[in-house]
Amino acid sequence: MLPADDVLVAGLRSGDEATFARLLDSWSASMLRLARSFVSTDASAEEVVQDTWLAVIRGVGGFQGASSLRTWVYRILVNTAKKRGVKEKRTVPWTSLEPDGGPTVDPDRFRGPDDAYPGHWQEFPEPWVLGDEFRHVVARALDELPERQRVVVTLRDVDGHTSDEVCAMLEISAANQRVLLHRGRAAVRAHVEKYLGGAA
Amino acid sequence: MTCEEFVELVTAFLEGALDEETERDFVAHLAECPGCERYLDQFRITIAELGELPPETLSGDTRDRLLEAFRNFPRA
Repeated sequence: MLPADDVLVAGLRSGDEATFARLLDSWSASMLRLARSFVSTDASAEEVVQDTWLAVIRGVGGFQGASSLRTWVYRILVNTAKKRGVKEKRTVPWTSLEPDGGPTVDPDRFRGPDDAYPGHWQEFPEPWVLGDEFRHVVARALDELPERQRVVVTLRDVDGHTSDEVCAMLEISAANQRVLLHRGRAAVRAHVEKYLGGAA
Repeated sequence: MTCEEFVELVTAFLEGALDEETERDFVAHLAECPGCERYLDQFRITIAELGELPPETLSGDTRDRLLEAFRNFPRA
């Protein structure tokens, strides 16, 4: 567990290297993943993270504490990554966010309107027998998600940010965040199911 | 509530974001439907596994460069 924000900020301001190293090691992995959603290469993502930390070093003197330190750092990251993404002509239209339509489970899995039980499972999902490859399958499914879903699932489920934090970082509404999270999770589950050879 | 409706509400349920009546319907459906119970379980397993993915790391060079920049930043 990291110390409270005021302790961290005081450490950064006074030049305490152990504090800085601790933050670097705690947050950089999830920052890399987040950056990677906006730019086209791993090398670009690493530069975005580097530029973000440099901006944090320069800017922490002016940190007001209006948000958590981590949210403040991630906002800098998102802005840096977006600028870079625009340069690379790779933009994620977060601002014109509309939920991707359509059901998250293939409608053919459910009984039709003429059935005695419309909208209920044709056949229940098959039980899963999970082997060592499960993690690999999940990782690949995450990589294949549409960008906005991948960003939200990564922040929430891989990195463990709260809904409020993710909404603040990405400047999206709670409802939009939940839609993207649900669609992404459902797609990962479906990918696993398909891999395991259940009904696709 | 149908199964087709249930599967679209799973994240909202897990987030505690359903209104009281819908949550009651969701739980009632869950109690009666082994297929949806399994779907919810698989959803939870998927979320748990996402949380176990190995972290990426900064290269040693970048980390060193940042520590140096921190050390050399002029402070009053």
